[in-house]
Amino acid sequence: MTVSDYADTADTRVITTGRRAGRSAGAATGGPRESILSRTGAMIVMGVFTLYFLIPLWWLLVASTKSRGQLFSTNPLWFADPQFIENVTGLFSYRNGVYLKWLLNSVLYAGVGGVLATVIAAMCGYALAKYRFPGREAIFNTVLGGVLVPATALALPLFLLFSRIELTNTYWAVLLPSIVSPFGVYLARVFAEASVPDELIEASRLDGAGEIRTFFTVSIRLMMPALVTVFLFQFVSIWNNFFLPLIMLRSEELFPVTFGLYAWNSTINQFPELRTFVLVGSLLSVIPLIVTFLLLQRYWRTGLGTGALK
Amino acid sequence: MQHMRRAVTVALLTAGALVIAGCSASGGGDGGSSAGACEPAGEDVKLTFTSWIPGIEDAVAIWNEANPDIQVEVQTGPSGNAGTYQNFFNQLEAGNAPDLGQIEYDALPNFRVQDGLENLAACEDVVKAKDQFVDWTWSQATLGTDDEVYGIPQDSGPMALFYRSDLFEQNGIAVPTTWDEYKAAAEKIRALGGYITNFSQTDINQFAGFVWQAGGQWFANDGDEWKVELTSDESEKVADYWQDLIENDLVSTYPAWTDEWNNAYNSGEVWTWNSAVWGANSISSGAPDTSGKWSVAPGPQWEAGQSAAGNWGGSSIAVFKGTDHLYEAAKFALWLNTSDEALTSLNKTAAIYPATKAGLDLPALQQGVEFYGGQKIYEVFAEAASEVDPDFVWGPTMTQTYADVSDGFKAAVSGSGTLADALGKAQDSTVAALEAQSIPVAK
Repeated sequence: MTVSDYADTADTRVITTGRRAGRSAGAATGGPRESILSRTGAMIVMGVFTLYFLIPLWWLLVASTKSRGQLFSTNPLWFADPQFIENVTGLFSYRNGVYLKWLLNSVLYAGVGGVLATVIAAMCGYALAKYRFPGREAIFNTVLGGVLVPATALALPLFLLFSRIELTNTYWAVLLPSIVSPFGVYLARVFAEASVPDELIEASRLDGAGEIRTFFTVSIRLMMPALVTVFLFQFVSIWNNFFLPLIMLRSEELFPVTFGLYAWNSTINQFPELRTFVLVGSLLSVIPLIVTFLLLQRYWRTGLGTGALK
Repeated sequence: MQHMRRAVTVALLTAGALVIAGCSASGGGDGGSSAGACEPAGEDVKLTFTSWIPGIEDAVAIWNEANPDIQVEVQTGPSGNAGTYQNFFNQLEAGNAPDLGQIEYDALPNFRVQDGLENLAACEDVVKAKDQFVDWTWSQATLGTDDEVYGIPQDSGPMALFYRSDLFEQNGIAVPTTWDEYKAAAEKIRALGGYITNFSQTDINQFAGFVWQAGGQWFANDGDEWKVELTSDESEKVADYWQDLIENDLVSTYPAWTDEWNNAYNSGEVWTWNSAVWGANSISSGAPDTSGKWSVAPGPQWEAGQSAAGNWGGSSIAVFKGTDHLYEAAKFALWLNTSDEALTSLNKTAAIYPATKAGLDLPALQQGVEFYGGQKIYEVFAEAASEVDPDFVWGPTMTQTYADVSDGFKAAVSGSGTLADALGKAQDSTVAALEAQSIPVAK
């Protein structure tokens, strides 16, 4: 129950902060006052869309508390004889708790991958913004081109490549491709240009700091809001990346949670008892994402806002 | 989830096309290993085996315990069409395919055409095992040839009629034994507000099972050329029959395996299901409120007095091209699918319905099932298993054929076009797909 409560409050908090942000932004611009009619209209549209996005989540929450029998025989949007704890216990004990392993794997892939991707993107973006060297724009444009290539299109060539060096079906197979974030490089460059003054770098050089030390002690702090944004984007996209694990991984112990749940779901026809586990598993797998968002949202919002103002 | 599956299919097809393109460009590389040798390695061997069946590890653990010199490591993933088949093709291309893999009968020809499988006929024990298997499952593995074996049959899906015995009895409706009676019963049931069954636009395998039962088949292969017969007389007869039921609103048309579908069965709105033996679990878990009210009867026939059964599903264990241990792999695959201990374990953990004749006599399959009012339902399926036409052949492009038929069926169910139109279109696109892959097609 605690978990569901938490997910619940998490949702409402996201919405309230969103609304507050919208209102204060409106007040700040000091534009003409909108008529009550158009305001009501806008509220209705927003309300409808909020419902549209929240109902599936609500359904998932309700469905996770039901037994397999109740799932089809009771009101899909309301509780019946909750047995959430039993479902969760069942999920965590099924096949020696492989689900927990998946969850930890996801945290590892997304957490470590996200941090490494952010550091690399920061260094790369910083270098592109602050140093002058031949081919700088060419490199930047190439990286920018990388933003346009979907990860799905790269999965198969990566598989053939990793097969050659015998790294398929290892943690590396998912981690290595995840530490590359062209969009992060782009964002880091834009932000470094705007927020790290050349004078500061000069000053730290005069104080005797090397380039690397300057970067890690001075510049990276100034770039922090942008880096949190990069981390969040990368964290979410690794967490949701499904095609790469599908192609690379064969051992159950290495699966991230998205792929593991997909594998279970694909055999529901023959093994219907997996349905409850897929539902509860999906609900629980959203929680780390929500937690990360809430913990980082303060930095993240300033990051986006600063980028937008420049 | 349907969208998800669709998206994955499309992505995988694209990926597959890339692999095939890459394959022909690189000239096949070192894929042409010498076939034929089936001899023991004479040293300790480690085999990898990919399957998506939950609990298959238990059976493999029994083997590993008893065979320290041939250790098998289980790898897993989503079900075949949901990604694992494409992974197999990728791995074959990359030269790191597992030694053994789970392959459903309808996908075997595809792997055969792409030259991804070892011919197990090189192994004496495999050839000798032929008589242990239900005839039609063995010919699924030989693809209709005499001297080739591309997998060891694991399970089968003989079809019969699940029906609500309580409702039929209460309303004085006789359980239909022919398709004509089935339609007559459908009209009576409709008058009572129910539906006799659900026609699923997505379960093309079920429809193929109906065609199989009617004596038709969708593909034929004379060794050189493929013949595509989606529009054969039998196939059209089955399509017209169901088209008639759909047009007269005598069947419901929920997409299968969805909540509405489960609910339709659970609430008593739908009274029967023509399904395979594994469907027994689907009903008991999808419609738990109806426990004790179901029975199983032989499927309706086209002519009174006939006894023909269709089949829906079933898979085999195949050995992939490039394995260094053909002998050991074949030995393990035979053990997994013929030994009592393995079959018992597979039946217990994954409700696998064995493909061997002896397997049908497993003690677990002789007992009455509570959900079916204590009826010994597996006797009906064992009978059906012996009535499945052994000559049915699958084509080498089933993923694409299923997708095409399914698209057409969805349109037909919502009122545009007919099931027969859908088969006609799928016929054309299947021929085109075969030709695009340079697979010879008989006109």
